[in-house]
Amino acid sequence: MSKRWRAYLLDRLVGILGLAAAFIGLLFLVVLIVSIFKLGIARLSWDFLTSFPSRFPEKAGIYPAIVGSLWIFVGTALFAIPLGVSAAIYLEEYAKKSWLANVLEINIANLAGVPSIIYGILGLEIFVRTLQMGQSILAGSLTLALLVLPVVIVVAREALRAVPPSIREAAYALGATKWQTIWKQVLPAAFGNILTGIILALARAIGEAAPLIVVGALTYVPFIPRSPMDEFTVLPIQIFNWVSRPQHGFVINAAAAIIVLLVLVLGLNGIAIFLRYRSQRKVRW
Amino acid sequence: MFRRFIERTVESGLRLSAVLTIVTTIGIVAVLITETVQFFREVSIWEFLTDTQWTPLFAQKHFGILPLLSGTFLTTAIAIIVALPIGLLTAIFLNEYASPRFRSIVKPILELLSAIPTVVYGYFALVFVTPVLQQIIPGLAGFNALSPGIVMGIMIIPFISSLSEDALHAVPQSLREAAYGMGATRVQTLFRVLIPAASSGILASVVLALARAIGETMIVAIAAGQQPRLTLNPLVPIETVTTYIVQVSLGDIPHGSLEYRTIFAAGMVLFLFTVMLSTISFFVNRRFRQQYE
Repeated sequence: MSKRWRAYLLDRLVGILGLAAAFIGLLFLVVLIVSIFKLGIARLSWDFLTSFPSRFPEKAGIYPAIVGSLWIFVGTALFAIPLGVSAAIYLEEYAKKSWLANVLEINIANLAGVPSIIYGILGLEIFVRTLQMGQSILAGSLTLALLVLPVVIVVAREALRAVPPSIREAAYALGATKWQTIWKQVLPAAFGNILTGIILALARAIGEAAPLIVVGALTYVPFIPRSPMDEFTVLPIQIFNWVSRPQHGFVINAAAAIIVLLVLVLGLNGIAIFLRYRSQRKVRW
Repeated sequence: MFRRFIERTVESGLRLSAVLTIVTTIGIVAVLITETVQFFREVSIWEFLTDTQWTPLFAQKHFGILPLLSGTFLTTAIAIIVALPIGLLTAIFLNEYASPRFRSIVKPILELLSAIPTVVYGYFALVFVTPVLQQIIPGLAGFNALSPGIVMGIMIIPFISSLSEDALHAVPQSLREAAYGMGATRVQTLFRVLIPAASSGILASVVLALARAIGETMIVAIAAGQQPRLTLNPLVPIETVTTYIVQVSLGDIPHGSLEYRTIFAAGMVLFLFTVMLSTISFFVNRRFRQQYE
């Protein structure tokens, strides 16, 4: 009796601790979001979104930071998507079990673990100095593209792997070449899952501050960048700059800017989850 | 003829994109080594590894990496102390106790924790967590290692919970049934069969979380104080390796100066640590995969 009771109580205890652990994360998320909204929502206005930064917190806005973030987002996507998907196709469809595939695989696993700030150092030396791009949007986009590349490759490979071999075999049987099979059959079948993974990777890029600070993004930008060679700032750097100031007005500004950043990042995550849900429902092999 | 030409061209193009990842690694290593070698022409390795002060930006210059390492060690240790029990218990709960429906709702929400930008966590640590902690711990400075460490720990929960859950999930059903068949309770099965069987997967998840914590920049840059200090006291301002690199990047240090090169030496140390951890994780993971297939 007492032994069974002990076993029962232990079982309950582990269950309760587990439930509590799962809820700590959720609770933290709720407190984080609520506290930021409470402080920042009142500051959010059309003026805030369309003004330039200023010494006076109540006049400052995030217009250049939003435009800079959009530039960087598009630039990163432009470089990272074609490169990442191509590399994934090579690894998944062409290079199975060669020594090169093995080296590539270890290398990509390693790159995914390299801290983002190290990519900043790489970008600073290669793009900003050696290739003389300056502290431009182009240099920042290339740096972030290298940063998200391993992630894009990994998710694209998983999506390609999920396409059943029967699809490929059917195409070969009809006389299609390897590339025709991939381009006309495998890629369209994997498209939904690839897109989901890419959106998640890019959502991460839009929240990055550290590598762009090292590349030389500015903290005070009183102009709108017009070309990829212009200097820039992004939302996370603007937030970092405001948080670091002593006046309370700037902390409120930071909270308001964080709301905008969270809407962007969580919005992208929401789109990705929705796409994944839809592609899971639609495709049945 | 033409068809074969296209096939070949496409294949080389694709191969080139894949090889670019190796070029990236070579680029990182080359950049770090060249500048670090220059750095060690002016500063002895001995001083770098043993001096207890790090003041390259002051008139009285010292180049001891130890204070930055102690800062990184401190915040990382706090983060793992927070994340490991919570992450592991979460994984156990989602895998063994929760209904599939609960699991399918909670898991993606928990994964949002690692999707939130780190500046947001930095803000939260400084503006919310530190003042709350100050009410509990009277001696806590406005900038400290404790608050960013805890917040970072919450951030890396999904790294540990997701991968550990996959590892627990991968344990063959037959092992579980054998344990139940011998009269073991659920808790006994869990701690004597499932966790040992999944231990390499759990270990790999911890190593990955460690690498993430060591490389984390913005949370500590905002909330830990940017003051290099050789201490293991979590209540005072400190600086991590990553934060130092950000601090230098924000100032106007002339290119090619000794001060400028310090960020490459610091980056090199960081890079070596994370490569070591990734390699461990890769091999542990590979062993774990082979076990049941």
